[in-house]
Amino acid sequence: MVENRPFLNFLAHLVLILGVVVVALPVWIALVASTRASNDFLQGVVPMWFGTHGPENYARMLGQGISTSGMPPVGWMMVNSLIMALGISFGKIAISITSAFAIVYFRFPFRMVAFWIIFATLMLPVEVRIVPTFKVVADLGMLNSYPGLIIPLIASATATFLFRQVFLTMPDELTEAARIDGAGPMKFFRDILLPLSRTNIAALFVIMFIYGWNQYLWPLLITTGSDMYTVVAGIKRMTTVADTDPQWNYIMATAVMAMLPPLLVVIFMQRLFVKGLVETEK
Amino acid sequence: MNRIFTASAVALIASLSAANAATEIQWWHAMGGELGAKVEEIAKNFNESQSDYVVVPSYKGNYVETMTAAIAAFRAKEQPAVVQVFEVGTGTMIAAQGAIYPVYQLMADNNEPFDPASYLPAVAGYYTDTDGNMLSMPFNSSTPIMYYNKTVFEKAGLDPNAPPKTWAEMEEASKKIVESGAATCGFTTGWISWIQTENLSAWHNVPIGTLENGFGGLDARLELNGPVQVKHWGNMKKWADEGLYKYAGPLGGDNAPPMFYSQECAMMMNSSGSRAAVVENSKDFELGYAMLPYYDDVEGAPQNSIIGGATLWVLQGRPAEEYAGVAKFFTYLSSPEVQADWHQVTGYLPITTAAYELSQEQGYYEANPGADTAIKQINLNPPTPNSKGLRFGNYVQVRTIIDEEFEALLGGSKDAQGALDAVVERGNKLIEEFQAQNQ
Amino acid sequence: MKRALFHNKFLPWLLLAPQLIVTAIFFLWPAAQAIRQSFLREDAFGLRSQFVGLANYRALWGSSEYLNSFKVTLIFTVSVTVLTMVFALLMAVAVDRLVRSEKVYTTLLIWPYAVAPAVAGVLWWFIFNPSIGILPYVLSQIGISFNWIYDKTDAMIFVVIASAWSRISYSFLFFVAGLQSIPGSLREAAAIDGAGPVKRFFTITLPLLSPTTFFLLVVNLVYAMFETFAVIDATTLGGPAQSTNILVYKVYQDGFVGQNLGSSAAQSVVLMVIVIALTVIQFRFIEKRVAY
Repeated sequence: MVENRPFLNFLAHLVLILGVVVVALPVWIALVASTRASNDFLQGVVPMWFGTHGPENYARMLGQGISTSGMPPVGWMMVNSLIMALGISFGKIAISITSAFAIVYFRFPFRMVAFWIIFATLMLPVEVRIVPTFKVVADLGMLNSYPGLIIPLIASATATFLFRQVFLTMPDELTEAARIDGAGPMKFFRDILLPLSRTNIAALFVIMFIYGWNQYLWPLLITTGSDMYTVVAGIKRMTTVADTDPQWNYIMATAVMAMLPPLLVVIFMQRLFVKGLVETEK
Repeated sequence: MNRIFTASAVALIASLSAANAATEIQWWHAMGGELGAKVEEIAKNFNESQSDYVVVPSYKGNYVETMTAAIAAFRAKEQPAVVQVFEVGTGTMIAAQGAIYPVYQLMADNNEPFDPASYLPAVAGYYTDTDGNMLSMPFNSSTPIMYYNKTVFEKAGLDPNAPPKTWAEMEEASKKIVESGAATCGFTTGWISWIQTENLSAWHNVPIGTLENGFGGLDARLELNGPVQVKHWGNMKKWADEGLYKYAGPLGGDNAPPMFYSQECAMMMNSSGSRAAVVENSKDFELGYAMLPYYDDVEGAPQNSIIGGATLWVLQGRPAEEYAGVAKFFTYLSSPEVQADWHQVTGYLPITTAAYELSQEQGYYEANPGADTAIKQINLNPPTPNSKGLRFGNYVQVRTIIDEEFEALLGGSKDAQGALDAVVERGNKLIEEFQAQNQ
Repeated sequence: MKRALFHNKFLPWLLLAPQLIVTAIFFLWPAAQAIRQSFLREDAFGLRSQFVGLANYRALWGSSEYLNSFKVTLIFTVSVTVLTMVFALLMAVAVDRLVRSEKVYTTLLIWPYAVAPAVAGVLWWFIFNPSIGILPYVLSQIGISFNWIYDKTDAMIFVVIASAWSRISYSFLFFVAGLQSIPGSLREAAAIDGAGPVKRFFTITLPLLSPTTFFLLVVNLVYAMFETFAVIDATTLGGPAQSTNILVYKVYQDGFVGQNLGSSAAQSVVLMVIVIALTVIQFRFIEKRVAY
């Protein structure tokens, strides 16, 4: 602190409190809406205080869902989301860390070609090649399956580059020592590199988990059966209905449940989250 | 890799133990909420009525999403046997020979009794080819009608039992309602495309496009920029500016029902298929039904309104035993009992004459005054080439263009003539593209 | 570069294989397909197709909607980026002043990152709903009519807010880190010279933050351009009258909803060129950053 100016401190608090309110407003409204009855939203303005229907709304969505809006029970969709998020995070980390290991610790022909192929993934976000990618997945018979949800999303240049940075900062003495001990590359990788990269892996895991959980377009397109729906993509299905009205109380109860897991991850693993976020972009 | 343990596997095992090796028939539909509950009930009743087939309905989002999901699935060879496609998708479906299994042929191949003449002409005509063969199975057909709030009418000093018949009366009533403070807006409407453009044209017996609104072939082009449509769109803009009319959004106009339920708007033009939801949500006031308004200076008006809603299309490429089941299901679905029940609960039109007669016998229309408004409206006059319906390719996107140009009109960047000319010009580009893709 | 290396001809390829295979099948092959498809005309069900040369590209160039989509994308990305960064910087500067409560505020400001853009879109849709939403209601009380359903500007404001909201926490964290790396001695020296807090901010803090700011600028532009699909899909669907139909959304709409695969593929190719250009800019900058 340069100097103590009570007025500026007060101003800072004011700005931050206002900021927090703005940031929290949508979630507050979702929480409130999830505790009301469905016809509370058809007349006048959205209520700003809690109602008494919370337990039944949540129980309904968790227990039976709304099959007439294509919503299986939320519990099951959360399981699908979890499988997808975990699959994506583990998959990305696994294939990126081995790639980075190969690129940093070996010299081999066409090394740069491999590097550029991985780099290309940065240039082709899924939104850009969505139609042909859908077709490839369909041709491979992977529609409506966990591999279809996960595998097309696990290639990652950012994760590979992150591990490349990490490995480049590892002292060469480690490698020398390992070689003198007669350790092969895989033993070195397993016993030295992996333990030393532990926090980087954990930080990346947090980011990738959020990324995977929050996927929207991809699951929306490739899940054709309600048994494979993920919760984030499922919410959208509830909001579009023909010749009738959206059931806001259920939509918001589902939204709250869909937000919960990544939110908990961010709040309780804040340190790893910040580390992961800052590192993946370096 | 195999899919791990899934919910459908559980359901499958359960159904297997109940009915040995029943053939599963996938039915993708767009009926959410209360309508969806009814769809599931129909499927359940069919499944319980026999043991060879299990119809599995799945909700796939709104009409556009359901249709595009089915097309994407067909390309991926994962198509359902039955898909519900809304009326404007008809052009696209008919052109897709090789992808669709025409219903008349399906019924004949499986020796199921099927008589196109038992369907209401206004309904069947929309889905029949030039040789008189029915290509898809009518399911939920509706037509736009006007819902109005009798309580607000009374407050505004209007006769609650004399809803406006013409647009001039509509304007006058809306003015009274707004000026008296009985409600903040006179009327709103769902579906600018379907109600205020296509139905407006049919209702006034003016064409939407050439070659009998596209029934005559892929060469047909739009021509909905005539004087009647221009005058009406111009009025809508004027009424919006005066606060008599409130726009409710593109496509179906998602905000129309809430504005009507909250008594913000005293009248709403919307699908007769919304009747169940409207009744459910209008308990705070007395509800009235009326036919669509018309311009009394247009000769031939009112003609008859055209239908909307959807039909069930059968897609090629499924095992033969599924098609046998589909044929059985269609026979069940069009039985007078099932149809009359569906019609009475939802407000959709009874699609067969028998279902209409059964509902009359059951005294439904006496008990529910106004519920037959829709039927009277489509049967008001025998359909002309301008009021049979419409059939264009890529029409789903043409509807989006109609919405966009209407929004441009409301936003003030175009006048009515300019907006409708743009609809024709942009729409025809899409229709030409469709023609090129399908020749 | 590493001096100590392992020698093995086979192993590195084995280690790279999963990544390369996934990339080839799900990235490179579809990209090639998109290029091929952009020269074809095909019906919706994929039953007929013909080679049409550059017709799809020519149609795009002649399409006022496509050119409009460029303009919309530009306005949208710039607005999202500016709104996000100004808000985040304001918060970061405030947090930087408050040593004791820094952690609490940080926690309270970073969690929107966890909310899926699609969910954020639904939440904001609810808030901005013209007939039941709280914001149009509040605004109407003070005499402002806000209706994104037919007002193009309102719709743009709506999607910009919904998209920026998801992104604030990210920029905020980087600004906080950037501020903390500015040596306190610099600011103290300026304070002794009699510079007030506002002057110090503009003459010292902001210039020293410029690497962070530039980095965030590029990253946020890329985000707004490509990753806001879900927000648009959950809110305006590109409307009204194409006023929020950004390029990525149009590719999807024309391809999946419109079933015009040729045009959609041509748009994909155009987008790929844009991403490649952006990535090169981003990477050159990052390389520089790593260097010093």
